[in-house]
Order: sequence, then C-alpha cells, then structure tokens
Amino acid sequence: MTPMIAVHQLVKRYNGVAAVKGISFDVKEGEIFSLLGPNGAGKTTTISVLSTLLPPSEGDAAIAGYSVARQPMAVRRLIGVVPQELALYEDLSARENLLFWGRMYGLSGRDLHRRVEEVLALVGLAERSRDRVKTYSGGMKRRLNIGVGLLHRPRVLFLDEPTVGIDPQSRRAILDSVKALNAEGMTILYTTHYMEEAQELSHRVGIMDHGELIALGTQAELTRQVGQCETLLLHIGEAEDPQALAQALQSLPGVQQATATDHQVAVITADAAQVLAPVVARAEQRGIKIHSVDIQEPNLEAVFLHLTGRGLRDR
Amino acid sequence: MKPILLIGWKDLQVTFRDRAALLFMLLAPFLLTLGLALVSGQFSEAGRIEQIPVAIANQDDGQLGQALVKLFQDSTLADLVSPTVVADPEAARRLVDQDQAAAAVIVPAGFTASIVPDDGAAPPAETVAITLVTNPARPIGAGIVRAIVEEYLSRVETGRVGGEVIVRQLVETGRLMPQHIRAAAPAIGSRAVVAAVAEPALRLRAATAASGPADFNPMAVMAPGMALLFLMFTVANGGRSLLAERAQGTLPRLLVAPVTAGQVLVGKLLGTYLAGVAQMLILVVGSALLFGLRWGDPLGVLVLILAAVFAALGWGMLLTALARTPGQVTVGGAALMLIFGLLGGSFVQFGLMPGWWQALSHLTPNAWGLDGFTVLSLGGTLADLGRPLLGLVVMGLALGAVSLLLFSRRSPEKQL
Ligand SMILES: Nc1ncnc2c1ncn2[C@@H]1O[C@H](COP(=O)(O)OP(=O)(O)O)[C@@H](O)[C@H]1O
Ligand SMILES: [Mg+2]
Repeated sequence: MTPMIAVHQLVKRYNGVAAVKGISFDVKEGEIFSLLGPNGAGKTTTISVLSTLLPPSEGDAAIAGYSVARQPMAVRRLIGVVPQELALYEDLSARENLLFWGRMYGLSGRDLHRRVEEVLALVGLAERSRDRVKTYSGGMKRRLNIGVGLLHRPRVLFLDEPTVGIDPQSRRAILDSVKALNAEGMTILYTTHYMEEAQELSHRVGIMDHGELIALGTQAELTRQVGQCETLLLHIGEAEDPQALAQALQSLPGVQQATATDHQVAVITADAAQVLAPVVARAEQRGIKIHSVDIQEPNLEAVFLHLTGRGLRDR
Repeated sequence: MKPILLIGWKDLQVTFRDRAALLFMLLAPFLLTLGLALVSGQFSEAGRIEQIPVAIANQDDGQLGQALVKLFQDSTLADLVSPTVVADPEAARRLVDQDQAAAAVIVPAGFTASIVPDDGAAPPAETVAITLVTNPARPIGAGIVRAIVEEYLSRVETGRVGGEVIVRQLVETGRLMPQHIRAAAPAIGSRAVVAAVAEPALRLRAATAASGPADFNPMAVMAPGMALLFLMFTVANGGRSLLAERAQGTLPRLLVAPVTAGQVLVGKLLGTYLAGVAQMLILVVGSALLFGLRWGDPLGVLVLILAAVFAALGWGMLLTALARTPGQVTVGGAALMLIFGLLGGSFVQFGLMPGWWQALSHLTPNAWGLDGFTVLSLGGTLADLGRPLLGLVVMGLALGAVSLLLFSRRSPEKQL
C-alpha cells in the first residue's frame, strides 16, 4: 500500500542555507505522525514543502502518490493545512471566513452550509460566529484557524504547532479534536516542540534537530534507544547557575548525562535511586540549593537530551 | 474563473468594511469638493459671480456717450456690473490701478460727433475711439466689461449703417430730394443710432451669461478631480491588501488551496478594480443627487470610469511590485496620490499651466480622466472620448505588464 505521505531525501535551502537536510520518512493512512523538535529545527519548512507552498531544493515528497513538486494541484486537493501563524481575515466573521475558504475548496450549497455549522460547533465558536474575527481572543482565533484547515474534510491534515500560546482549555479541546478527526480516518502530520503533546497524540514520532531527522519510531522504540534509563529532574533556585551544576554532576559515577535548562538540571542515569544521594551531595558541596527532585520514566524529552545534549526548550 | 471571482468578491467585502478606507474613498472626496467650492466663494449662489466694478469717464457731450453710461446703469445689468461714473480719465485709470475696478471705460470728447456729425459740420477726419483699460488681476470681470462695450459698439455701427440705408431708400423712392440729403441725413442717422443703442439690454445680458464664466459652477470642476485623486487611494489600498495577505498569513493559505498563484493575483486585482469602480460610481451618482452636478452622457461616464480605474490599477500594481511591506505601499500610495493630484490637475486647472506641464501631467490617470470628464460635461458623448480612453487603457496595459514582470522575478520564498 502506498503510504499517505512519503518523504524521500528531502532538502530545502533558503538562499543556499539548508533548513532541511535530506530527511526521509513515511506516514501511513490513518496515522498521527508528530515531528518533534525545538524552534528552528525545520518543522515548518518541511510542512511548507509537503503542502506545495515551497518547492523542494532536492529530493521529493508524495501525498497519496502525487509528487509535491510535479503534481501540486493534485496534492492541494487532498490536503488541509493549519499554519503555525494565524491566517484569517480579521474584518470578516468566523462564518464568513469559513464560507470563503470552503468555497475556495469547491464546497457549495447546502453541503457547504452544513459543514460550516459542524466546524463552528467543533471549534466552539457557534455563538460568536457572526462577530468579526478581530474581536476574538487569541484562543478563539487559533481554534478558527484550525477549523478553516479541516473544513473541506481533507484526507491529510497538516497541523503546525497549533497549540502555541493558548490557554490550557483551548489546548485540551484542540488535542481532543485532533484525536476525534483521526478516529474518523484522517491522516495527520502534527508538529510541536511539546514532548507531552507528541507523546499523547502520536502513533509515531520523528525527532528533528537542525534540519535533520535524528530519530524515528514509536514512543516505545524511541525510549528504548536511550537504553534502560531514568531522568532525575533537579529544580533549583532562580539565582542559581544550572550550567555550573550540570558540569559538576557530569563527572559523577552513574551519571550518563547532565543537561541544564531553565532553572533545572536533567540527569540521565541507569538507576535514579542509586545516584540521587551523590547528586544532592555534590550540589551542596558547590553551594547550590536543590528545591525539589522529580524522577521520570524514560520519555521523549530524555531521548532528545540523550541525542543532542540539549533540552527541547533551550534558549 | 470561480476562485478569481471568490477572491475578488471577498476583497470587495473586506474593503467596504474598513471604516478608515471608506473615509478616504467616499467621504474625503465629497468633503474636499464641497470645501474647495466654498473656499472659492461661489457655492452658496451657484452660477452667480459678484458684481463687477467698472469705472466710466464720459467726456463726450453727445447722445452716444450718454447712452453708454445709461447702458451700464441700466437695471437689467444691475446684478452683473456696478458702475462708478468719474469726472476724468485719470480718475478712472486710478480706480483700475488700485484694483477698485475690473475695467475703466473712457469715452473721449467728440465721440458722438465723430459718428453722427452735427448739421453742417464737416464729416470727421477719423472716428474717435472709446478706450478700455482692463485690470489684469480680474480677467473675468474685465472680459465681461469688454463684451458689453463691444456689443454697444456693434449697435452703434448697426445704427449708423441703418441710418445710411434709410437715407438711400428715401432718395431712391423719391421721398427725399438729393439736394436735401446734406441737411436731413445727420438727423436721420443720429436717430437710428440712438434708437439702436437704447434697445433694452436684456439680450446683451443673456448673451454674456451664456458664454461667459457667470454660469460657472466650481463643483463641476472639483468633483471629477477629487474622485480621481481618491481613486489613487483605493488602488494603493488594494496593493496594500495584497501585501497584507502575506503579512497576515492568508497568502500562504491561498497558495496551498487548489488554485494557481496567477488566479490569486488576478482575484486580488479584480477586488481592487471592483472597489475602484464602485467608489467612482458612488461619487458620481452621489454628487449628482446631492449637488445636482451634471456629469454628462451616462454611457460615456461609465466607460470612462472603467478605463480610469484600469489605468489607476496599473499604478497600484507597480507600487505593490516595488514595495516590500504593506506600510511601504501606504506611504508610497499617499505620495503618488498627492503628486498625481497636483500634476494631473485635480487641484489646478491645466488651462492655466504651461505646455510642458500639460505633457507631463498625462503620465497620470488623473489628467486623462479629467480630459474625459470635461468632454462629457461639455455635452460630449462616448464617441468623443477616443483619446482619453486610449490613453488610459494603454497606460493600464503598460504598467500592468511591467508589474507582472517584476512580480514574476520574485522567488516563492520571497513572495511569502
Ligand atoms: N523564509 C525563510 N528564509 C530564510 N530562512 C528561513 C525561512 N524560513 C525559515 N528559515 C530558517 O530555516 C530554519 C528552520 O526554520 P523552521 O522551518 O521555521 O523551523 P521550525 O518550524 O522547526 O521552528 C531556521 O533556521 C529558520 O531561520
Ligand atoms: Mg515552525
């Protein structure tokens, strides 16, 4: 069976500088696939090429067998895109935005109007549907932005960081509707830099960094790559220097890797219980106060740490 | 085709919801037309100009000098001129020099005698001429006074010729013996001339009013100029909206929908074109209803609007092709609007401008458009619009071609 999305040795350069450096992956029909990676990893660039917005510099990709480079029109008819940045007409109402985009995708008549009502209900905007978008909150605009992308019942939906900068309720609603759409058979390519979202949603995850796909597989496959390990998360005070602590801990026996992020240090180890005491002692020795400690089962954050030596949300 | 119409219609919807844009597109041209008309002081009594001050110095002691003074003082001319009779030519000239009079009329001594000699007097060696001193600061008023004096002189001439004809007929029919001609002719001639001059001045006034600027309605000149001025705002605003689609992220969204980039561009242009046409139609119909302006042949007006918006759209496209941000289009558009307004005659009538200016001004759609609207308001029809229509369409095509070339040179990455 041809994969719904097939990416082969894809390269995309901006003015000669590669933002995507030869990535390959497949997404099966009915799958939720997440691209997980920090800002600048190349996720948006990948989606731009897959959605025919930008031509590939090298390699190719196909949606349901149609080449994005050579058959862009056929691809466009199959896909829906929810861009990372809001893309709405602020002087029109939610309903008018949906009607416009629905017609652009060839919907019309009763089908169009029924679909608009369905989507308004899905994204929770039925009551404000006649108000101009410019009067909406950030979360409402984000939800409408998503509604526009899935209005025409695309077979493949690209969602580019749809939950950035919104309140927890809206985020919850978005994640739930993604699952619901998938349950109806929609294939979904989802990008995020939130490990939790990738873990909750995806059947498979690709981890991207600096334009490369550095790991690919189910969550279980990925965490197995890191080996049998756990993560000790040390929370320290705002005034303390996480970098210094990470360096001090790196040399301790039993510590595979110590990485500093905002006000915390992540320590990857084979046996958390065993290294906890020496870690706390070393910190005290350096005069750094540890507020609290979390012990985490292996997760995607740990995989990323392990592969790159950096956190997903490093500055 | 359908996506183009959808995008064009969507843009028209967005434009007519933008209060700030509507202010510039519709309200500003109305208010400026009204304001400029009020400033020129001729709106409240549209069609009337104030009385023209004229100085008259009459040194003639005959009937004809008196008749000229009476003519200027006649009640039928009262609301056109306000005459001041002064004693000597110097005083009359002084009034003109001091801008107290639009013209001075000086009737020299012996004027009557030079035309209808007294009994027994020798026929005059040469006619004594009336002097007209005009005030260059008041060309219109002076022109009207000249018209009145010329009308008067032509009546004098009519009267004199008439007198000679009467005398000849009397002789030919034998009612006047040739030997009596010398004695009778002056009396007959003089009577004929005076009768001709004393004819009511009504006809004279009617003639002056119909041909002169007394009937001039400043709004009729301002309104097309202002409409064309603010048409440039609309096309620049349309260009801005193309770059705004990029800035607000909807352009990428349009480009991943099942439409071509060409359809998106043409749709955007259509939206701007429709907005421009709607704006012009609203201004024309609105000013006709509110101010009673007569724009002329409706078909001609419609076709001229279609062509003028096309040409203006060309400038809007060029501006958009050269700009990088919506802000740059707004600023560039405002500059272009003012430059074109000044150059294209929206504020100043070209008739008063030197030749090179008139040539340069035809780089603007404003000038061609005004040419067309002038033709129509003077009673021309679509058939008389050949030159302005050709000028506008050629301008739109040339600018459109250059802009498309510039657009196509941009890589997709830069378009976003
Ligand atoms: N239009 C562009 N022109 C030049 N460089 C770009 C452009 N878009 C993105 N980049 C660069 O490409 C890299 C990947 O960016 P992006 O695909 O947006 O990453 P992500 O979505 O994962 O945050 C970054 O270094 C970014 O600066
Ligand atoms: Mg991105």
